[in-house]
Amino acid sequence: MEGLSVADANLLMYLHPSKSRNVSQSILRELGSLLFKFNETFDGVLLAYDVNILDKQAKILSGVHPYFGLRLKANLLLFSPKPDMLLEGKVVKLSQESIHVIVLGFSSAIITAENIHGEFKYRTKDKEELFASKSHKRHVIKVGTMIRFLVKSFDEEILHIIGSLISTHAGSIRWLDRHLEEDSEFDRSFSKLKSFI
Amino acid sequence: MGLELPKYPEMEEDQVFNFTDSEIVSHVKQALASVLSGDNNSYNQLVGVMHHSKHLAPDEVALLETTLKALAGAVSSIDITYHDSLLSAIFCMSMWNYGPHVADALAELIVSLAISNGKYLDLCLGMLVSNFTPPPYFLDKLKMPHGLERKGQVLSRVHAAFKKIADYVPLAPLRLLTIVLQGMPTIYHKDRAIVIYVENMLKLESGEIGELVGSTILMAVVDRLIELDVEIGWDAILQDDFSKGIFEMELEDVDDIEESAEPDVGEFRLSRKSLAGNSIAELLDNLLVLTFEHLESCEREGRLAKVFETLLQSFQVTVLSAYKSKFAQFVMFYACALDPENCGMRFATMLADLFVQDSQPQPTRMSAVSYLASYLSRAKFLAASSISSMLKRLVDWCLEYCEAHDGDINPNAHRVFYSGCQAIMYVLCFRMKVFVDVPRLKSELLIPLEQVLKHKLNPLKVCLPSVVEEFLRQAKAASLFTVCKTFIFDGLLESELSRAFGGLERLDTFFPFDPCLLKKCDSFIRPMFVFWSMVKPTYDDAFDDDDDDDGSSDDLVQDFVNENEDIMNDEFGKSFDEQGVDMDDFDYALKKMSITPKATSNYKFGGRFQEPARMPSRIRPSTSPESL
Repeated sequence: MEGLSVADANLLMYLHPSKSRNVSQSILRELGSLLFKFNETFDGVLLAYDVNILDKQAKILSGVHPYFGLRLKANLLLFSPKPDMLLEGKVVKLSQESIHVIVLGFSSAIITAENIHGEFKYRTKDKEELFASKSHKRHVIKVGTMIRFLVKSFDEEILHIIGSLISTHAGSIRWLDRHLEEDSEFDRSFSKLKSFI
Repeated sequence: MGLELPKYPEMEEDQVFNFTDSEIVSHVKQALASVLSGDNNSYNQLVGVMHHSKHLAPDEVALLETTLKALAGAVSSIDITYHDSLLSAIFCMSMWNYGPHVADALAELIVSLAISNGKYLDLCLGMLVSNFTPPPYFLDKLKMPHGLERKGQVLSRVHAAFKKIADYVPLAPLRLLTIVLQGMPTIYHKDRAIVIYVENMLKLESGEIGELVGSTILMAVVDRLIELDVEIGWDAILQDDFSKGIFEMELEDVDDIEESAEPDVGEFRLSRKSLAGNSIAELLDNLLVLTFEHLESCEREGRLAKVFETLLQSFQVTVLSAYKSKFAQFVMFYACALDPENCGMRFATMLADLFVQDSQPQPTRMSAVSYLASYLSRAKFLAASSISSMLKRLVDWCLEYCEAHDGDINPNAHRVFYSGCQAIMYVLCFRMKVFVDVPRLKSELLIPLEQVLKHKLNPLKVCLPSVVEEFLRQAKAASLFTVCKTFIFDGLLESELSRAFGGLERLDTFFPFDPCLLKKCDSFIRPMFVFWSMVKPTYDDAFDDDDDDDGSSDDLVQDFVNENEDIMNDEFGKSFDEQGVDMDDFDYALKKMSITPKATSNYKFGGRFQEPARMPSRIRPSTSPESL
C-alpha cells in the first residue's frame, strides 16, 4: 500500500519546567498528543513513533517561562496519502450511491457513485448489496471486502479521503492479486511461446 | 400561508401516485443540480419544506419525512457552497419538534451527511449536540409524561447516530469530544439547559463510544460542579455564631429547617435555611444527583473501579485545589460508599499519600488531611481496620516529625504537623469508642499518639479548641492518658493559635464532609453518613447498657452501624412529611431493641431503597439473588 513511510527525524522538543521531574513521560506524552493528527512538519499523519534522547543535557530558553529544549532522535511512521496513490481499506458500508471504506482502522474514505461507474455495477443479490464488475463476474465488492482504490483528495483535518475505483488496479484486493498472478503466468507462458517462434 | 409545497413529478392534488424511492431521490438530485445552472425554483421549494416545522398537518409530516429520506440518498449531490441555505435549514432543525418517523429520517440524513464528506462532519456532530437540549418552549414540558416520552425518543436517536457515525468515521469521537465540551451551557444560562446537557454527557460516557470519550467527559462534569460550588459563597451559609461548638447537634432533622425559629437547632456553621431558594444551589443539587445516579449505574455495570480512577484524578486536579469546596466532594464520598473495599480505601490512601509527601505544597497537604479526617469520621461504610490503619499512618508520621523537630510551639512553622494532629484528634472524637476496647490498637495507636500530644510542639494548645476539648473529654473518660495541664477553652471554637496554623485559608476549620446541605443530595448520602448524634462518646454511660458483650472492635462497629441503619432506613421508608418523630427519641428508643442480622425485607421500602446498589456494601446482600 502506498502512502505509508518511515521517517528518521531529528527533533528538538521544548518542555515546560514543570515537566522536568519526569522527562521521559513528558516526551512520550507530547509525541502521543501528535498521534492520528496531520502534522505539517512531517507532511503526514503520525501513526507510531520510537524515540531516543540524544543528549542528557538540555538548553534552557531564556524568557518568562524557562522552557528547556531536548534533542531527540525518532523513528516515525507516517501516513500521507496523495492524489493518484493506491490505498487499501475495508468496506464498511455500501449503497447505490457510495462505498464507505476505513483505511488502517482510523481513516475514513468514501467512493461516490460517479467514481465507481464504468467497471462496476450495483446489484442486490439475496438482499445483499454489492458491486460487481461488468467484465469479470467473480470480481465482487461487498461489505467486509478489502479493496484497493485510488486517492482523489485527502482532507487533512478530518483525515477523510475521497477515492475512486476508476483504475485498472482498483477493486477487490483478493481478486486483483489472483488475477494479476494469472496474468503474469499468462505473460510468462506467452513470452516462452514467443521465444519459440 | 403562502408556502409552496414542492411539486413532485405529475403529482396532482387529487391523484396519489406511488413513486419509488429512487425516483424521488433522482428528482431531489435534479433540484440540487439545477442550482448550479441558475434555476432555483425546485431547490427553494425543498428548502421551504425544511423550514416548515410547527403545527404540521399529517400530509405535511409525510412530505417532510419523504424529503428527508430523499436527501439522505442524495448527499453526494449536496454542495457546501451552492446549497448552503438548505444545509443551514437542516442543521437548525430540532428533533424535539417532530414525531418518531421524522426524527428517524432526520437522523439518517445527518449520519449520511457526516460520513459523506469531512467538511460536514463537525457541522453534523454540532447539530446532534445541539439536540441534547430541547427548544426553550419545551423545557417546561420535560417533567410531563409527554415530554419525557419525547425526550427518550430524541436522545436515543441522537446517541444512536453518534455510534453510527463513529462506525464509519473512526476519528469522529475525538471531534465529538471537542464539540461537546465547547457546547456546555454556562452556569448562568437561565433555562437550566445544563442539567439535561450533563445528562447527555453522562449518557455518552456510559454509551458505546464511552471508552474513547468517557474520562474527559467526567472530568469536565466535575469541573462544572466545582464552578457551581464556588459560586455559592461561604458567607451565604456561614453563621456568625462561633460560640457553638462543632459537636453541637448537627443538621439531621429532616423537618423543614426553614420553619424552625429556634436558634439552637443545628446551625453551627452551615445553615440550610439560607440555601433555600438559591438557584445555583438547586442547580448543583440536581447535577450532583445526576452524577450519583450515574455512579450507581456504573457500579451495576461493574465499571465503577475504572470510572473511579478518573474521578480520583479529577479530584486531585480540580476539587482539592479549589478553595474549600463545599459539596462537589460528595461525588467521591458516594463513589466510595458504593464500593468501600476498593474505592473507599483507594480514596483514603490517596489522601494520606498526599499528606506525607514533602514535595507537595503546604495547602495541598493540609487540605488533603482535612479531607481524610472528615472522610474517616463520616464514612459509615469504612471498616474499623481501615480507619485504624490510616490513623496509624498519620500518627507514625506525626511522631517522626516530632522526633525530627526539636522546637517549641510555633503555629506558623509547623502548619502541616498541626493539621495532622488535629485530623487525628477529630477522627478519634468520632471513633474513639471503637478503638478503646481493642488492646492491640491501644498500644499501636494511642501510645505513640500520647507521645506526640505531649511533645514540646504542643499540638493540644494550637489545634482547634473545640476539637481538643472534645477529644480530651473522651480520652479522660476512656482513661487513655492523663494530661498534665488542664486546658480551659470556655467552649471556644477557635483560638489565635489555631487561626495562626490555619493560615489565610483557614484550613483549621475545614471539615469538607460535614452534613450536606443540598436537600436531594443529602437523601442519597444520609444512609452512609455518620452524624454526630449517632456517635457514642466514651463519656456517655447511658449508652453502655445497650452494648453487647465485648466483641472485637469490628463487631462493635457492626452493631453501631446496624442500629443506625435501621433508623436510617426506617426513616426513609416514610416520606419526609409523615415523619413527625424527633430523630433523637427514635434513636434512643431503637437502641433498646435487640438487632437481628439484616433481613432483606428491611430494605424493601418504597422507591429507591429497593435497589441494592444504594446500601453500604457491608450489609448489602450482594450475592443473594433474592435481594433483587
